[in-house]
Amino acid sequence: MAIQYEIVIGLEVHSELKTASKIFCCSSTEFGGDPNTHICPVCLGLPGVLPVTNKKVVEFGIKAGLALNCTIAEFSKFDRKNYYYPDLPKNYQISQYDLPIAEHGYLDITVDGQQKRIGITRVHMEEDAGKLVHEGETMATSRYSLVDYNRTGVPLVEIVSEPEISSPEEARLYLEKMKAILQYTDVSDCKMEEGSLRCDANISVRPVGQKEFGTRTELKNMNSFRALQKALEYEAERQIEVLEDGGRVIQETRTWDEARGITLSMRSKEEAHDYRYFPDPDLVPMVISQQWIEEIRQTLPELPDARKERYVTDYALPVYDAEVITGSKELSDYFDEGLKHTANAKALSNWVMGELLKYINTSGLSVAGVDFPIPPANLAELVELIDRGDISGKIAKDVFADMQEKGERPSVIIEARGLKQISDEGAIAAVVNEVIAKNPQSVEDFRNGKDKAIGFLVGQVMKATKGQANPGVVNQLLRDKMK
Amino acid sequence: MQFNALTAHELHDRLAKKEISSVEITEAVFKRIDEVEEKVRSLVTQTRDKALQKAAEVDMKIARGEKIGPLEGIPVLIKDNMCTEGILTTCSSKMLHNFVPPYNATVVEKLKQAGAVIIGKANMDEFAMGSSTENSRFFATRNPWDKERVPGGSSGGSAAAVAADETIYSLGSDTGGSIRQPASFCGVVGLKPTYGAVSRYGLIAYASSLDQIGPFAKDVRDCTRVFGTIAGHDPKDSTSAEFAVPDYTSFLTGDVKGLRVGIPREYFVEGTDSGVKELINNAIKKFEELGAICEETSLPHTEYALPVYYIIAPAEASSNLARYDGVKYGYRDESAEDMVTMYMRTRSEGFGTEVKRRIMLGTYALSSGYYDAYYLKALKVRTLIKQDFDRAFENFDILISPTAPTPAFKFGEKSDDPMQMYLSDVFTISVNLAGIPGLTIPCGFVDGLPVGLQLMGRPFGEGTLFRAAYAFEQNTEFHLSRPKL
Repeated sequence: MAIQYEIVIGLEVHSELKTASKIFCCSSTEFGGDPNTHICPVCLGLPGVLPVTNKKVVEFGIKAGLALNCTIAEFSKFDRKNYYYPDLPKNYQISQYDLPIAEHGYLDITVDGQQKRIGITRVHMEEDAGKLVHEGETMATSRYSLVDYNRTGVPLVEIVSEPEISSPEEARLYLEKMKAILQYTDVSDCKMEEGSLRCDANISVRPVGQKEFGTRTELKNMNSFRALQKALEYEAERQIEVLEDGGRVIQETRTWDEARGITLSMRSKEEAHDYRYFPDPDLVPMVISQQWIEEIRQTLPELPDARKERYVTDYALPVYDAEVITGSKELSDYFDEGLKHTANAKALSNWVMGELLKYINTSGLSVAGVDFPIPPANLAELVELIDRGDISGKIAKDVFADMQEKGERPSVIIEARGLKQISDEGAIAAVVNEVIAKNPQSVEDFRNGKDKAIGFLVGQVMKATKGQANPGVVNQLLRDKMK
Repeated sequence: MQFNALTAHELHDRLAKKEISSVEITEAVFKRIDEVEEKVRSLVTQTRDKALQKAAEVDMKIARGEKIGPLEGIPVLIKDNMCTEGILTTCSSKMLHNFVPPYNATVVEKLKQAGAVIIGKANMDEFAMGSSTENSRFFATRNPWDKERVPGGSSGGSAAAVAADETIYSLGSDTGGSIRQPASFCGVVGLKPTYGAVSRYGLIAYASSLDQIGPFAKDVRDCTRVFGTIAGHDPKDSTSAEFAVPDYTSFLTGDVKGLRVGIPREYFVEGTDSGVKELINNAIKKFEELGAICEETSLPHTEYALPVYYIIAPAEASSNLARYDGVKYGYRDESAEDMVTMYMRTRSEGFGTEVKRRIMLGTYALSSGYYDAYYLKALKVRTLIKQDFDRAFENFDILISPTAPTPAFKFGEKSDDPMQMYLSDVFTISVNLAGIPGLTIPCGFVDGLPVGLQLMGRPFGEGTLFRAAYAFEQNTEFHLSRPKL
């Protein structure tokens, strides 16, 4: 009988904190400036400079820790992680080793409708490194490499999970939830495409029932949620195959090759660094008061799980809808704003999850952007207009298309294009008379008890009014006149 | 009158009275440098034009009738491990032979604010590692009292220049004795302030938890003035203390009646030159004559100071000096074909023997598997050493000892034996480990070579050290002797 394997995964998430200045100096953290324009002697690590901790970074670290249900350290310190690389100007990274800012937390994910809790080992603060630009493919094959220190010293939190993730899908769900929590907490933008959210994974497999962990590999270079899941799927299969063939998994670091869809060996444990961690003598240890922690706790916003609960309880949204919408803070904030302008939450949710998401995906716009053409109040107004019978659902889709183009309120568009539903009986009566006169057979059928025939007649009236007649009124008038 | 031979306070009084000009003082200093620098070799960089320009500005100010500060218009020499904007800052290393900082160290900024005339940069042991200035990658500085002998180190250039009247005062840095030992060897006053009293921002780090900047001066009064100018909290240095800087000259009363002076017996053991011992005993008698109460005390963990220092300092140095890799500034080996080879050749060639020795020591001490046995244990013993001082200062206002076990030694005498060299700092290292202030003042001569008396105080107790040192100085004439060059 074939051996059944189980997968054990732990994730290390790096997230850039969105402070205005860097972690140990006053340089800007803004993304995308010209190379080496957001730098100063301190983040360049010039001889003689000293770091001074940005208090906001510690505040954000505490905030992230609290949002992840961690215990906040009352005594914490920075350590030096020593290794040589040209993107690290001091050749050591200021990080945290044995006394991180937060420990022992968790986050919940929903797998196949079941809630699962994943432990968070620790949250620690550190400085980001710079960016190398190689003349060729890699440093080894380049005649020269250039380095941009803009990112050097941008504050990061590293969040390490317990090895409690049991599948590549769970890993993706964990990372998506992590992103949502950090965004809600407003400590990070979590833009994977800009590198402000990054993820490494440790993965091993073992026969079901075995207590000891199998030998793990560390995976790097997964730049999307999809890539994370794909890489882990590949790596789990690869490890199982190695074991099935009677081999041994080697402890090593592997990189995800997105194009080829495989993982490749980067370096083995023997080549692993001895980082020679020691407390940074340039920085004094931090004593964090309970009062400060409580002050920060008070600023915590409603987190995704609480918001999901609210949507289900207060607005009777299906759990699925609530999860999709709260999965993105932007979208959820948009939805909440829309709810201020309509009471029909389910209809609004349908529009958000349907037409709006489709539009976001095709346009690439962000609902939180200043240039987003459809403010939440406008979408809510559209829902209201349908509810009031001013337009039909079909017309509403046309109006929505115009709202994208023109950025106008739906009522304005309807007015301008004369799309308002005709509910005035006098106006509709003439058309109804005409349709009755032109379709004697259908009238006959109806009168003979073929109730279906009225559908055709309503359709004819709608066609003649370009869809603007109120279908309910049309129906009633037809019935009255054919009595 | 040789203006360059005067003290800063004497020159200040004459400037204020318009008897002399800052340009005259500055010219006198450079004339002296021209005359004796070939024999002393204390400067690695001279900033003659900038200095004369600054002096002229101060003279204009005086001419306008404006009031000047105590260091305004007075020449100063700065150890070459403090960053000076637009002026070479080399740490006497091939690694930084071409490094021109784009910013000023906080102490340099403070001196500039005070109107100081910076005449250049002083030679030193490479990256402040050494006790003789023989480790400079450029040239050795000679002791003005005997050109066959070392000036001490690592701030040998700063000490020798003051002794040779090539400057009025100077700045040095002290990690394990690098101000006090050369001050002792050159017969000048030198202060290692309390850790955190002077900003380290812009001081090129050797061992961050031990490094402090301090003055070399021709007398105690000048020392108080310089220290008062450079001391104080700096938001750019997280380890700098928030404290009110007093007017240190107010401690110069000349009175030590009732001052409780402790004499740690561990500092009077074998290996100390008998002539040095005699001078220290004479100094103790002098303090008693002046009304101080001198008693023996004990600092029981003294013997561990040297090994603790040679774990902690190299460990920090191994990390602090990692940035010199040829990528961004300074020396780079151009022949390498790949990055790792470039790193290795740059660091092999850019650093001298002693620097490489300490980087290796420190790397080893921090390595996985050795950290607990070496670094962590050293930190614990460091705490014990500090507690020794805390206990001693419950009963005493200051402690006194020899600054160094011997007067200046000859070139080459210890340079082949690191342990012998390290032992020349045996009396100064504990003060750095404890973070307390240490002051050295001239207390006599052995065979024509000056000897220093070390005064140690409570954290931020520099005022008490100045009080004791000034009383001693007022009642002795050792500080008035000058080498013949």
